[in-house]
Amino acid sequence: MTLLRLENVAIDVDRDGQTRRLVHDASFELDRGETLAIVGESGSGKSLSALAVMGLLADGLRQAEGVIEFEGRDLSAMSPKQINQLRGSEISMIFQEPMTSLNPVRSIEHQLTEGMRLKMGLSRRGARARALELLQEVGISDPAQRLRQYPHQLSGGMRQRVMIAIALSCNPKLILADEPTTALDVTIQAQILALTAKLCRDHDVGLVLITHNLGIVARYARNVAVMYAGRVIEKASARDLYRAPKHPYTRGLLDSVPRLDLPRDRPLSPIAGAPPDPMEELTGCRFHPRCPKATDRCIAEVPAIHDVERHQVACWHPNLAQKNAREAVA
Amino acid sequence: MTDTALAPSEPLPARQRSRFRATLAHDRKAQLGLIILAVFLLAGIFAPLLAPFDPNEMTFDMMGGLSWTHPLGTDDLGRDLFSRILYGTRVSLFIGISTVAIALVAGITLGLVAGYFGGWVDMVIMRYIDLQWAFPNFIIAVYLVAVFGTGLLNVIVAISLAFVDDFARIARSMTLSLREEQYVDAARTLGFSNLRTLFVHILPNAVAPIIVQATVSVSYAILGEASLSFLGLGVDANTPTWGLILADGRGFITQAWWLGVFPGVAIMLVVLSINFIGDWLRDALDVRQSF
Repeated sequence: MTLLRLENVAIDVDRDGQTRRLVHDASFELDRGETLAIVGESGSGKSLSALAVMGLLADGLRQAEGVIEFEGRDLSAMSPKQINQLRGSEISMIFQEPMTSLNPVRSIEHQLTEGMRLKMGLSRRGARARALELLQEVGISDPAQRLRQYPHQLSGGMRQRVMIAIALSCNPKLILADEPTTALDVTIQAQILALTAKLCRDHDVGLVLITHNLGIVARYARNVAVMYAGRVIEKASARDLYRAPKHPYTRGLLDSVPRLDLPRDRPLSPIAGAPPDPMEELTGCRFHPRCPKATDRCIAEVPAIHDVERHQVACWHPNLAQKNAREAVA
Repeated sequence: MTDTALAPSEPLPARQRSRFRATLAHDRKAQLGLIILAVFLLAGIFAPLLAPFDPNEMTFDMMGGLSWTHPLGTDDLGRDLFSRILYGTRVSLFIGISTVAIALVAGITLGLVAGYFGGWVDMVIMRYIDLQWAFPNFIIAVYLVAVFGTGLLNVIVAISLAFVDDFARIARSMTLSLREEQYVDAARTLGFSNLRTLFVHILPNAVAPIIVQATVSVSYAILGEASLSFLGLGVDANTPTWGLILADGRGFITQAWWLGVFPGVAIMLVVLSINFIGDWLRDALDVRQSF
């Protein structure tokens, strides 16, 4: 059974009596033990989609359309109490800022065992034993000592390891990692990602990796969904996506990342312009103002996501992007 | 690479329980505060054993100065001031601490709930708090005692009610900023209930200003009781309290200085010691502060 399935999810914001759509038609799915990367720039709706899964959208935001299914159960049909039951025990989350996502006045032991005692009904001693195991598993030395410490006594990397331990503590089936390494040193980023991916594989946990870094995706995710301005514009396996991006935006993203396998003097080509203001109405494809291949059709009609070879793309001219990518490499 | 063990970089921190002891060891003021408060507590508890006279027993030695029989002198009715202050400790300390405890619990709960849930809950609670804020605390206390009558319980209710708004405001403003913290979101993603999030994750981060307010309030409560007694709205005329003694002695301040000074000194010492203890508690509860 599919672990997580989002189908045509739309998220609206109500502000000053107006309603604007921040996420349109987001669809993707994930199985246990798999990693799905959601890639996009700030404001593309990737974090919102994750929060919608948690049922934790901020005030004023709501899921307006679509279905979110967890193990075949429709989350939007569940009562807040039932969803609260799922949180922590079946679905957990790793946040972007390890410096601020641990409570500064609670010991590591308290924060790590609280969920286990509450959700799994472990005794204080049982939870402590498991906490020690978890800390060891996330690569923290001298766990007994660390349990007594407070977040400010740990480095950023260690805190993120603790967050991973907390996320894993109640044996969840799904972990949502919202840019888990953005706030860390480059040298630590790879370690933390490799650790997260490995633990999720080992424990048969589905991982949704939200990131704006395409470089991360290549190594750790099997499937990738690229989001732009609230829409999923391309879905493919990481391998296919890199080899032949179909959407001009994906191509633009790949072109703007420095690569070691290309001549050093190749200039990086950034995508011109800026993503649209979500509050502003835009006809047609949301990428058309920045798209070098835009035609009249792109301005007039919204492209639906459809199969193109092994990709799913929301673009009227998917093969143009691919052709150009090849030229660029050649 | 993933198994890279991180070397321990800092010395072992003390556990929370021993933080109180560890911070106390360096805090002379807190030690002094605890000693003074302990002395007053013991004096209050053992007042019947320690007092040389019945506090209400009148003698013809009126406004007698300091002597071996009356170490702190006597008042205008010839009552022994030392005995009266000893007995007064009971009521004054009890009122000072119990009113703040009641106001603290009620005010913090209101403030946390208002700040966390927002919306109409916040509206209702805060309009009430505003209403109370608009009246001077003392007027409310006087009004309540005047309506419901004097007596220990009514005085405690009146004074504690007057402090509820201060605690509610502090708790609410702290909650408003703390609920935006990511660790509060993180607690919610772990599926903790709202109450648990509020009391286990938000409240402990708000203790510092609350403790400061509580220690200041203990002083005001003792003084508040003194003011009510002064107006004849205190516990009752036959129960000596520091405020009552002070009020009774006011008319004779030029002839008998001790009637004003000694109850005043008692109030000052208790207030001071509670402030010292409050500072210590604030430091001991702040895990980020090393010692």
